[in-house]
Amino acid sequence: MKLWLAALAVTVVNWLMKAGGPLLMGERKLPPAAVRVVVLIAPVLLAGLIVTELGAKRLDWTQLAGVGAAGILSVVRVPLLLAVATGIVLTAAIRLLIG
Amino acid sequence: MAIDRPALAAGIRLGLGPAGAGFVLALSFGAEAEARGWGVGFPVLFSALAFSGSAQFTLLTALSGGTVAAAIASAALINGRYLVMSVALNDSLHGSRLTRALQAQALVDASFVFAHRNDGRYDVSRLIGASLPQWVAWVLGTAVGALTAPSPDLMHRLGLDVVFPAFFLVLALDEVRRSRRALAASLLGAVVAAGLLVVTDPGYALLGATVAALIGLLPEPELEREETS
Repeated sequence: MKLWLAALAVTVVNWLMKAGGPLLMGERKLPPAAVRVVVLIAPVLLAGLIVTELGAKRLDWTQLAGVGAAGILSVVRVPLLLAVATGIVLTAAIRLLIG
Repeated sequence: MAIDRPALAAGIRLGLGPAGAGFVLALSFGAEAEARGWGVGFPVLFSALAFSGSAQFTLLTALSGGTVAAAIASAALINGRYLVMSVALNDSLHGSRLTRALQAQALVDASFVFAHRNDGRYDVSRLIGASLPQWVAWVLGTAVGALTAPSPDLMHRLGLDVVFPAFFLVLALDEVRRSRRALAASLLGAVVAAGLLVVTDPGYALLGATVAALIGLLPEPELEREETS
């Protein structure tokens, strides 16, 4: 029962967080300065996600190699899924080779 | 709210990539939950309703080593970024307050980025479309993980830990092409996240990184205005 209640509480809080904008702001529009901040949230969030995904545990150079390869392929306009798949294959291959 | 079908379809196509990544992560969640005695049905139901990897993993971990209240508080705080995203999204949502609150339930990290338009607003149909395949993959992955319990070692050997950071990097590269200010904010966000990661958990580091968006309060240089106009 404790587990069910904990999961339910987390689920409800999650719903409220996501609904927070409409619930708190209502019909009010953001002022221009806030809009300039809001525009930057997506790139900042992505940067934070990359750092936390790579650095949450010990840095792993084989993982970095795969992620770096995906990034380079993306810069030269390789499609997203192909770039990521190549990164996965590269990391798996390196790990296979180094045992 | 009228759904824009082409935008919804575009969102679904965009969402397939992160859905694959989410499936892999959900495998881990399902396997770990089953290993900790949560069974199969409960984690699947939790994934279907909460649809939040960070909060679910936090609860799973925190419940093992602390009180229920602390575990719930940690899981809630770790998703504080959704409040920031929801406020950002509010101007782009349609309908009554309740309708907009329901639309905002489609918020997940990758969908928020996909919905971001060049004019700074968000395409809600694309947001919902991108979240649909991710939700299906998240629930399905949890079920498969709980039923098959793949070992973390196997997933590591297959290089599956590359999936999420690689996706985020590719998406970030697209975002920073929009303006120099986006690039500066990203770099600052990365530095803040890295600094916080030394002293706290990833969820809090991620939430802290969003302060880098406050760069937007600085006066806009003439050059940047010309670039974005």
